[in-house]
Amino acid sequence: MRRFALIAVPYLWLLALFLVPFLIVLKISLSDIAMAIPPYTPTLDLSAGWEGIKSFFAALDLENFEFLTTDDLYWKAYLSSLQIAFIATIATLIVGYPIAYGMANAPDHWRPTLMMLVILPFWTSFLIRVYAWVGILSSEGYLNQILLWSGVINEPLTILNTNVAVYIGIVYTYLPFMILPIYSALERMDESLLEAAEDLGCSRISAFWLVTIPLSKNGIIAGCFLVFIPTIGEFVIPSLLGGSKTLMIGKVLWEEFFNNRDWPVASAVAVILLLILIIPIILFQRNEQKQREAEG
Amino acid sequence: MGQTTFEPWNDPEVEPLIQFRNVTKNFGDFTAIDDQSFDIYAKEFFALLGPSGCGKTTMMRMLAGFESPSSGTILLGGQDIAPIPPNKRAVNMMFQSYALFPHLSVWDNIAFGLKRDRKPADEIAERVGQMLKLTRLEKFAKRKPHQISGGQRQRVALARSLAKAPKLLLLDEPLGALDAKLRQDTQFELMDIQEKTGTTFVIVTHDQEEAMTVASRVAVMDHGRIIQADTPANIYEMPNSVYVADFIGEVTIIEGRATRTRNGDAYEVAFAEGQPPLRAQSDRSFGIGQACHLAIRPEKVRITAEKPEDAANAVQGAILDIAYLGNLSTYIVELPSGHLIKAQTANTQRLSRRSFTWEDTVWLSWTETAGVLLEG
Repeated sequence: MRRFALIAVPYLWLLALFLVPFLIVLKISLSDIAMAIPPYTPTLDLSAGWEGIKSFFAALDLENFEFLTTDDLYWKAYLSSLQIAFIATIATLIVGYPIAYGMANAPDHWRPTLMMLVILPFWTSFLIRVYAWVGILSSEGYLNQILLWSGVINEPLTILNTNVAVYIGIVYTYLPFMILPIYSALERMDESLLEAAEDLGCSRISAFWLVTIPLSKNGIIAGCFLVFIPTIGEFVIPSLLGGSKTLMIGKVLWEEFFNNRDWPVASAVAVILLLILIIPIILFQRNEQKQREAEG
Repeated sequence: MGQTTFEPWNDPEVEPLIQFRNVTKNFGDFTAIDDQSFDIYAKEFFALLGPSGCGKTTMMRMLAGFESPSSGTILLGGQDIAPIPPNKRAVNMMFQSYALFPHLSVWDNIAFGLKRDRKPADEIAERVGQMLKLTRLEKFAKRKPHQISGGQRQRVALARSLAKAPKLLLLDEPLGALDAKLRQDTQFELMDIQEKTGTTFVIVTHDQEEAMTVASRVAVMDHGRIIQADTPANIYEMPNSVYVADFIGEVTIIEGRATRTRNGDAYEVAFAEGQPPLRAQSDRSFGIGQACHLAIRPEKVRITAEKPEDAANAVQGAILDIAYLGNLSTYIVELPSGHLIKAQTANTQRLSRRSFTWEDTVWLSWTETAGVLLEG
């Protein structure tokens, strides 16, 4: 009984904070738009008794999901989100791996400081940090001023309001999520493994590819998922740094919800997004579990 | 049987495989290896023995190529190895932690070095097969290192380091992680494999029993110097210093002053007021009254109730302590002068009545050749 009570706590938590909101969103996605408050119909009228419940369920349909297939904006936005998330994840990996590697190989007394520097940005508001990039990347921004002053370019570069700015924003924001799991994998690695590889005929570089990379694989996978999953639904970065051509599903969802006030379609977009995200989340969980098993 | 004993170090014709020439290694202010010169011969099982921090591991890491000497040269087969990086040396190492690649199977671990040489696949498979057979690991080829026992891991590490048929195999405390029983079995296995493959082994250990068991020669090290390098029997019976005598096995060391006897074939060691001097033969020569140490192994001391006739040395004392080890009993006897002397007897009979007990007065006796006379 006590064991049941212990398990019940996290399950109740999930039920209240995940399942219930999800069911509400799912219900709205099956409803129709209405000029009312809330702006959809039907609403459940329990005072009408059994008949009310029956007519409530009869009014639900998949119309909104059908609508999503008719307008190519939506599937283009999904695909574009996946693409941007994929490229941004690779870019974050390329930037993050050397940083994690450097941290893991730094002298012991330096490591806490380096770790602090990685985590430090979290102490400021995410929104402010993204806004700061507007100041850096705009055509009169610091980056262009420095490049013009140093004579590298003659015309200011247009970075803000392009996909490049979105990539920069995502790499910057999600870098710690990439660095930390890779660092923890590299830090645990026994240094004598590299000596053994060298002793058996590896050059330093091939020892890195044959030993260091495979042994940090789980860290790389974890880091990639931690960046990829939230990036797909990212809204703030594309709306602040991206341009009119930057198509991401998070932005579409926002517009449906607040600009068009079409809650049912917005909810349908959210439900599909969740279904898309379930696949990488399951893969991520499986990776974590495999790692735990390997460590026994 | 016409078989000559294996003693290349006594044959001036034989070219040593490894030569250390005035090798010094400094880490900042700390001198890890202090101007050492010595040779290791092909097919030898050479042990570097000493307490932690004595420089034995540095010596081995210089051979592997992970450290380079601060001055002096190391020759392998007559060639200076200083410019050769570790991945190009015909030297392989078995690491103390085994350093098995956790992401690779036993088979792939053993094949790792062979693959780096870009050997053809069938040749690699054949060699790995041989190594698996040699170390009796055929059944475990597909397992990952975390799926096998400590003893099996140790054998994988050995197979991996032998796979490339190195000229020289370095073993860094290879048996440190094994329990006592497995350790002993593995020691004999190591000797067997060394003999079968004809590889030169250099083993680093702090365990004197291990060094004595496996090695053809043992180098006893202290503070970056080799104090004595010789066969296990010579190290034990003819230590060249108090340090070596004390480090290897059990010993009683008595301080005294040596004087040559009248007929000149032995020395008399005066060690305490009111005690007759002890007689000992020695190849070394001592001046009159020169300070010296007499080292006596406990198994060479006889313990009796009555004073033995015609013993070269006989002293009387009381039993202070008895250590029963099963096969042996060690008695610690206190002389009236306060000196403690160890005597050992073999318990050859199972149910014999113990002849001596605590506080018994006994006689200890030994011959002129039993003790080793060392400079003070």
